[in-house]
Amino acid sequence: MKHEQTHGTPMKYGMAIDLDKCTGCGACMVACMAENNIPFKEDESEKLVSITWMRIFKLSNGKSFPDLDICYLPRPCQHCEGHGGHSPCVSVCPATATDYSQETGIVSQIVTRCFGCRYCMGACPYHARYFNWWDPVWPDGMEKYLSPNVSPRMRGVVEKCSFCYHRYQLAKNKAYLNGGRRVPEEAYQTACTQACPAGAIVFGDLNNPEHQVHQIVKPDPDNGNRSRNDRAFRLLERTGTNTKVYYLSSREWVRRAGDNYLAHEKTGQVAKLHH
Amino acid sequence: MDSALIPKGVKRCPMWQFLLGLGIVGAVLAWGVYAMLLVWFKGLNQTNMNDYYGFALWIWADLAVIALGGGAFFSGLLKYIVGKDELKNIINYAVLIGFICYSSALLILAIDIGQPLRGWFIFWHANVHSMLTEVAFCLSCYFAVLTIEYIPLILENRQLDKVPFFHNLSHNMHETMAVFAATGAFLSFFHQGSLGGVAGVLFGRPFAFREGLLIWPWTFFLFTWSAAAYGPCFTLLITWITEKVARKKLVKDNVIELLAKISGWMIFTYTIAKICDTTRWANITAPGLGQNLADFYTGNAFYGYWILFAEIILGGVVPAIILISAPLRKNPTWRVTAFFLGVMGVSLNRWVMVLQVMAVPIMPFDTWALYYPSWQEVATTILPVAYGIILIMISYRYLPIFPQEAELNPIQEEAAMAVEPHTESVPDLKPANA
Repeated sequence: MKHEQTHGTPMKYGMAIDLDKCTGCGACMVACMAENNIPFKEDESEKLVSITWMRIFKLSNGKSFPDLDICYLPRPCQHCEGHGGHSPCVSVCPATATDYSQETGIVSQIVTRCFGCRYCMGACPYHARYFNWWDPVWPDGMEKYLSPNVSPRMRGVVEKCSFCYHRYQLAKNKAYLNGGRRVPEEAYQTACTQACPAGAIVFGDLNNPEHQVHQIVKPDPDNGNRSRNDRAFRLLERTGTNTKVYYLSSREWVRRAGDNYLAHEKTGQVAKLHH
Repeated sequence: MDSALIPKGVKRCPMWQFLLGLGIVGAVLAWGVYAMLLVWFKGLNQTNMNDYYGFALWIWADLAVIALGGGAFFSGLLKYIVGKDELKNIINYAVLIGFICYSSALLILAIDIGQPLRGWFIFWHANVHSMLTEVAFCLSCYFAVLTIEYIPLILENRQLDKVPFFHNLSHNMHETMAVFAATGAFLSFFHQGSLGGVAGVLFGRPFAFREGLLIWPWTFFLFTWSAAAYGPCFTLLITWITEKVARKKLVKDNVIELLAKISGWMIFTYTIAKICDTTRWANITAPGLGQNLADFYTGNAFYGYWILFAEIILGGVVPAIILISAPLRKNPTWRVTAFFLGVMGVSLNRWVMVLQVMAVPIMPFDTWALYYPSWQEVATTILPVAYGIILIMISYRYLPIFPQEAELNPIQEEAAMAVEPHTESVPDLKPANA
């Protein structure tokens, strides 16, 4: 939330995920686990204590065959901006172990500063934050396959999706070495984006009109960054979390599943954002 | 054996009886300590908490004991600032109970965090936007105040009091106690409020979120208010239990009734505020976020409308009416019933603001998450209770906690007994035998 020294217009990295393209294959989850040295246990069946920075939810329209319809919804950290960088988790962390970057729009997690109070987990309505209930234990030999760019986390701290921030750091260094100031769109892409076989995930700078994600989302800064694309919506938009992950679907029931509505309210009809 | 340490003019149970009681409660304490060490050495995987239930039994216990320990700051405020002098006869016990509650709260927090050795980061890397930061600072400072308030009581032990330095120190500390009482009330206002703010600021969770005044959600004020209202109820309930265990009257009825009456009016006004808050939240705040009351109280096996009724009516309206009404308040059975209901009501409020907040689904495709604690969580939650009982046992035995005890329970001199063996004691003033 602090004002950082930036070079030119601040970036606002975000995603557009086309739910009509997502097949729920889970490649994004696997890529994320491998890229970020996410620990796992022998038995991962209890999802309430397993760590999945990127998690796929299975949504149903609740109807019976032949009207049944299914949608898979990949859910990374939504990197909420809230109001002026006061995202739900950042504002509550007592030790400033998570921060909103005004330079990139990325919500960071400083795992070496986190002391594991888990208030941020309670604050996050997307359940995008995970606690290390155990120390990470890798199968023999697997340590050699860990990424040297991401520190494994210890027991007792919270972790979450970082939009593969280490990739941004590498891309930024490379850009500077090449004399550039801005990181090119293709130089910084998240692991899940690259792994998606259906091309359902588009990642980039929402502030940069040249980036594909901006062209798809067409964010409206005068309207709480809501999308001008009729197919687009954000999860729990009316709570004012002001997320940077946008979802796309042509199916009305899918768009309605993205937020809470009273029975008489129309999908997407939110009179006023809360913040 | 320890008669030289026992306050003058009062009688205590035999040493073997005291040690037996201490041993039984000590065994429970040891069980809790074992569970605590398991958690510290093996980690929070010893609990049944999970990524949906980041806050669970411990945080509820933490919030509950802090609310119940509110009797210390509010009684101090009434005695030293408002000038209710009669309360001097119960203030020692209120301070002791507050000390136990707050030291327990700090211990629970030390067990609850994933990296206990980094606990100091909350002070070093403090985030001024976080309600928990405010809680940590004010809680620690107020615990220091309670320690300062408890010290003169320790120094009044018969043997310690013989040391001139301790005697003078105790006397001078008593003289300046109004300053600490005011400081305690100030700090309590903020940390009790901040604990309410912990849930109230969660704008991503419509069940918990509340609008408010400036940076403080309404829950901030409701928590402070409820701690001041129900804290004395707990002090009075523990006093009643102590009297039952000791089998003698320790505080005069006029003192009990005064504090009970004040508590009643505080509960009454708090309950009105709570009803207003609930009404606004149910009709404006939650619907504004696309949710209605049924979303929070149906569709699961445990959290139903009963909890609203139990908290607000049984734990609010009923004890308020009992304690406000003079005939009911003067009736010991009704009065103690009100204390029980009050303690239940505020504890339930803290439960709702911690555990139900975690349980309610937020995303429409999410589901209710119910949780039950592991034995390690239960044991470490009982640990402070055992610790509290032990501290009360030791303090009661060796310190003059109840100034009216000797007057209410005059000891029949053995010599006098020998001369007048048939003298009957006054029924209300039975000799101490516990």
